[in-house]
Amino acid sequence: MTSQDGKSSGPERPADKDASLESRLKSLDAGLKRATNQTEAEIRRESAKSDSSGIGQAMRLSTEFVAGIIVGGGLGWAVDKWLGTAPFGMIVLLMLGFGAGVMNVVRAAGLMKSRTGDKSGAQN
Amino acid sequence: MASPIEQFEIKPIVSLGKIGASEIAFTNSALFMVAAVAVIALLFVYGTRNRSLVPGRLQALAEMGYEFVASTVKDSAGHDGMKFVPLVFSLFMFVLVCNLLGMIPGAFTVTSHLVVTAALAAIVILTVIIYGIAKHGAHFFGLFVPSGVHPLMLIILVPIEVISFVSRPISLSVRLFANLLAGHIALKIFAGFVATLIFAGGWIILSPLPLLLTIAIIALEFLVAVLQAYVFAVLTCIYLHDALHPGH
Repeated sequence: MTSQDGKSSGPERPADKDASLESRLKSLDAGLKRATNQTEAEIRRESAKSDSSGIGQAMRLSTEFVAGIIVGGGLGWAVDKWLGTAPFGMIVLLMLGFGAGVMNVVRAAGLMKSRTGDKSGAQN
Repeated sequence: MASPIEQFEIKPIVSLGKIGASEIAFTNSALFMVAAVAVIALLFVYGTRNRSLVPGRLQALAEMGYEFVASTVKDSAGHDGMKFVPLVFSLFMFVLVCNLLGMIPGAFTVTSHLVVTAALAAIVILTVIIYGIAKHGAHFFGLFVPSGVHPLMLIILVPIEVISFVSRPISLSVRLFANLLAGHIALKIFAGFVATLIFAGGWIILSPLPLLLTIAIIALEFLVAVLQAYVFAVLTCIYLHDALHPGH
């Protein structure tokens, strides 16, 4: 009996420890939750801050599109002048320039999203 | 009313002789560039003079400037882009201080000239091209070949990518120059309206209206001055990212 008592008290002591461990774990969990909430709030605040520079990104998009068209048209004009293929170089390269302008804008917008969200978007 | 574009006129101050037919002179533009560099150098030399653990006002400003650029580079160009911090930092501070010096009444705005901003953009793009080719060799041109596309589409997509790349220095320089130029012209015109209305007899009652608008535009111009320097730095980082990791 005494040996059983010893055995029964044996697991009881770890159970006691378990209980104390559990309570510590719970308090740790609560602390962790508080901490993550705080960092989440911080991140949210930071992303709100980066939203205020959205006007800069808006300015960026407009020139990005125009630059593509200007380069396409300029290259077309230069090719026509150089090879004497007017007006076909201009037509083809201006269209490609429009494409490049749209691509610039899409890429700039995609980069914007990836800055606030996941980083994988920056790779495409 | 004074011409709104008179403020952008380049006037030689000291002539340094001639090369061929063109005169080489120290102009008001050069004067304000030197002034900008002097302001930056003073801020950082004087600001970091004490190197105290608890920074003073100037030191805090200098540290803020550095940390802002360093975090921008790390966010946009990645960790191995940190070796470009000196370049981005110089560009950012130069553009920022030139923009802000231009906000002083009567001062010359260096960055409102396409020549200056185009030279700055050329520095960025040449760095990207030279570093990209030196580091990755022919692999750098993989930048122009998007992955995961049908080979037939490449006939269209590669020229588009090339045009897109060539348009970068143009959009980089035109954005900065056009914003500054347009802002300063608008400011001058609305300020001119105030003077015109004052000397227009009974219309003097209306003169506070353009004055209020002028004040609002000045606030906007300060925002634009800082914002454009920031945009220039961020785009430099994004382009440097391409030089570091040319694969899509």
